[in-house]
Amino acid sequence: MSATRLKPVDAVVVGTGIVGSILSKELADAGLKVVALERGRMIDPQHDFASPSTYDELKYDRHSDIFQDLSRETITFRNNARETALPMREMGSFKPGEAVGGTSLHWGTHARRLLPWDFETRSRTVERYGKSRMPAGCTSQDWGLTYDELEPYYDQFEHLYGVGGKAGNLNGEIQPGGNPFEGPRSREFPNPPSPMTYAGTMFANACRELGYHPHVNPVAAQTQAYVNPYKLMLGQCIRGGFCSSHACSMGAKANPLTTVMPALLKQANFELRPLSNVVKVNLDSDRKRATGVTYLDASGREFEQPADLAILAAYTFNNVRLMLLSGIGRPYDPDANRGVVGRNYSYQSAGGVTCFFEEKAFNPFMGGGARGTAIDEYNGDNFDHSGLDFFGGAYVAVASGGAMPIRSIRVPPGTPRWGAEWKRAAARYYQRNLTVRLHGACQSYRQNHLDLDPTYRDANGLPLLRMTFDWGDNERSASAWILGKAEEIARAMNPSRMHAQPTAGHYDIVPYQSTHNMGGAVMGADPATSAVNKYLQSWDVSNVFVIGGSAFPQNSANPPTATIGTLACWAADAIKDQYLKRPGALV
Amino acid sequence: MTEEARAFGYLTQPEIRFLDAAVERLIPADELGPGAKEAGVTYFIDQQLASVWGSHGRNYRAGPWPEGTPQQGFQSRLTPREIYRAAIREVNVHCLKRFQKVFEYLAPREQDEVLEGLESGAIELPSLSSKLFFALLLRNAMEGYFADPIYGGNRDKAGWRLIGFPGVPASNYNDLIDEHNVPYRVEPVSILDIQQGKVKLDSQGLPKHVKLKDEERNAR
Ligand SMILES: Cc1cc2nc3c(=O)[nH]c(=O)nc-3n(C[C@H](O)[C@H](O)[C@H](O)COP(=O)(O)OP(=O)(O)OC[C@H]3O[C@@H](n4cnc5c(N)ncnc54)[C@H](O)[C@@H]3O)c2cc1C
Ligand code: SF4
Repeated sequence: MSATRLKPVDAVVVGTGIVGSILSKELADAGLKVVALERGRMIDPQHDFASPSTYDELKYDRHSDIFQDLSRETITFRNNARETALPMREMGSFKPGEAVGGTSLHWGTHARRLLPWDFETRSRTVERYGKSRMPAGCTSQDWGLTYDELEPYYDQFEHLYGVGGKAGNLNGEIQPGGNPFEGPRSREFPNPPSPMTYAGTMFANACRELGYHPHVNPVAAQTQAYVNPYKLMLGQCIRGGFCSSHACSMGAKANPLTTVMPALLKQANFELRPLSNVVKVNLDSDRKRATGVTYLDASGREFEQPADLAILAAYTFNNVRLMLLSGIGRPYDPDANRGVVGRNYSYQSAGGVTCFFEEKAFNPFMGGGARGTAIDEYNGDNFDHSGLDFFGGAYVAVASGGAMPIRSIRVPPGTPRWGAEWKRAAARYYQRNLTVRLHGACQSYRQNHLDLDPTYRDANGLPLLRMTFDWGDNERSASAWILGKAEEIARAMNPSRMHAQPTAGHYDIVPYQSTHNMGGAVMGADPATSAVNKYLQSWDVSNVFVIGGSAFPQNSANPPTATIGTLACWAADAIKDQYLKRPGALV
Repeated sequence: MTEEARAFGYLTQPEIRFLDAAVERLIPADELGPGAKEAGVTYFIDQQLASVWGSHGRNYRAGPWPEGTPQQGFQSRLTPREIYRAAIREVNVHCLKRFQKVFEYLAPREQDEVLEGLESGAIELPSLSSKLFFALLLRNAMEGYFADPIYGGNRDKAGWRLIGFPGVPASNYNDLIDEHNVPYRVEPVSILDIQQGKVKLDSQGLPKHVKLKDEERNAR
């Protein structure tokens, strides 16, 4: 079947998530004719997310039709190269989206910046602890840009997404109540912090007793009604409990549909084509320039959309997969440790201490929007790692994200998994437990990478992306050591029983952990170890920009999305201010 | 939902009897309230099996199907429908051999013994892994007991009453955030209640919660 060739446009954007929507808007504002192609369906929140349909745990936790349809496309997975990768047949460890608006239609809204240290992970670790601190095979590296360069763009993204929080460091001055370890910010958050819950207050008090600096999580669930710079009005979050994994009926969850799309869809030089699955970026004969993309529409017809500029904003997995399918950049070879596309895939490590109490009422169903209280003392290099056998760290937090019953019932250790005793414990402890959780970094290693699967294919007959991933000893050690600190905090809250679980053993793709899949098309200063330059531009094909979590050289402890959105703002500016004036390599 | 409104779409009568007995052991009736059988969990499972999920409609289904490691997750060639159909029959064959009765006629202790054998894998079934079946059964039982009653389980919101979950939120939680350690106990509201016009809604379309009187409160 031959593709129908469409009228050329200035820019084609693949994906309409946080990244795709921001790039589309900024490029359309600069006067470009922009087409956005999205494999998922169109969403009208008034319709699709009408109350009370979103307060449905079974649907949104398990079967939601805004999650990626795995019957058409999934990934394959193995812990190491000695195993045969097998398809992720049902949604588990992570839940990428498939709809106009992307994954953040159902995200948790925790919007933390990375630490300045995170951007210089390798050089600062080597500088402080020596080269020997890098574990064998560790390929973690610097980002090729610094926190200071990104700060104005963090600020831009936070105002776009209406993030609520309390500054801990304003222009270098430490502020009471905020996170004193954060990088300096140029102004306060656009919205106030959310008040601490009861569980958060208990945690905060225990932390203060131990000399830590507790603060509330910055969230992009609006803490008050808010009008963003695109003049869109977001509603106030009601903390209704059905939040992460769920769509929002209140227009309070910042995502492309609440922050960008209604303004963008009015612009005549922008066109959105849902149900359009991009299968390839087309290159010219010397493979130095993209000529456009090929996609399949809802009925499977093939189209070629010519464009001067191609933006890949298709989430980590398809950013990497489209590069591999199109032959952009050299595929990574883990044996030789050469090549770049697929290199440095990483994930988020976890762990936690669940505490059970006898005389408490946490009302855990009141929550949502990543509400939580955290300390940052054990994050990044905020503590001295001398004498320890790992680098990097975790932030430690008690979340009040809303405890829906199917997934949130916890019973004390030793309780059977079912039967009368389980039922009594479920009834007693649902309201009376909290978890002090670790959200940990994960370094990159030679063996952890993405490539094309030799066996399994998607509904279009194209190879699936193959993930090879396991925890490193560095992550297991970090988790175990920081868990010890979390247990001290937990004990200070006087629970009747505790249950601690570190990141240990092998990475398991079954239980949901986080949709923080990073790397594979990482940014950097050296084309030998990065797929894109500091402006997220392909080193090899200069009119292709690859933007998203795919660019993170390793996973920092902090959730990625504030930084993903910030990179989108940063890349959009580089394209507008530099690339459009002088198309070609920016570095 | 009234009893008459329940039409089973997939399960056969013997399968319904088996599941009624099995889920009641997983979540039994006791002084705290109804068990899974009374809460409609079997009907919930039937409706799930009849739904897109029952045939793995949104899951990846292409082969090959080697066994894989536990970390690689579900790799069976069978759909949930096929798993339930095969496993129930095969467990009953096991029960007939061991106890000369099918599962639903066993004493509770014997039923628990069979369920434990499935859970640990000690009982081997001819055509599929007993652990796989048990894991699915337990997961579906929990879903059926705690999911919104629109799916046919959690009848009369028994699961939510057990733990004190209010269901669809009211719009005033922000006002209560500073009320530390004060239990919030209300008559739970389901999507089904709203669809059936059984509760008052506020201007945002959210239910007005009705506080439970002291004696109705879950005293646990
Ligand atoms: C339950 C959950 C909770 C989360 N909570 C948090 C949190 O609290 N904090 C945080 O920082 N992060 C969180 N995340 C992660 C966050 O949602 C993502 O990092 C973010 O949405 C990524 O945005 P993106 O634009 O890069 O990708 P996406 O939003 O995934 O957008 C990519 C889009 O591209 C489309 N696409 C893909 N391939 C193709 C193709 N071939 N052709 C056409 N279109 C294609 C997809 O359908 C999708 O719409 C959470 C995620 C989940 C699932
Ligand atoms: S908790 Fe807030 S952001 Fe989350 S779904 Fe509810 S109203 Fe929306």
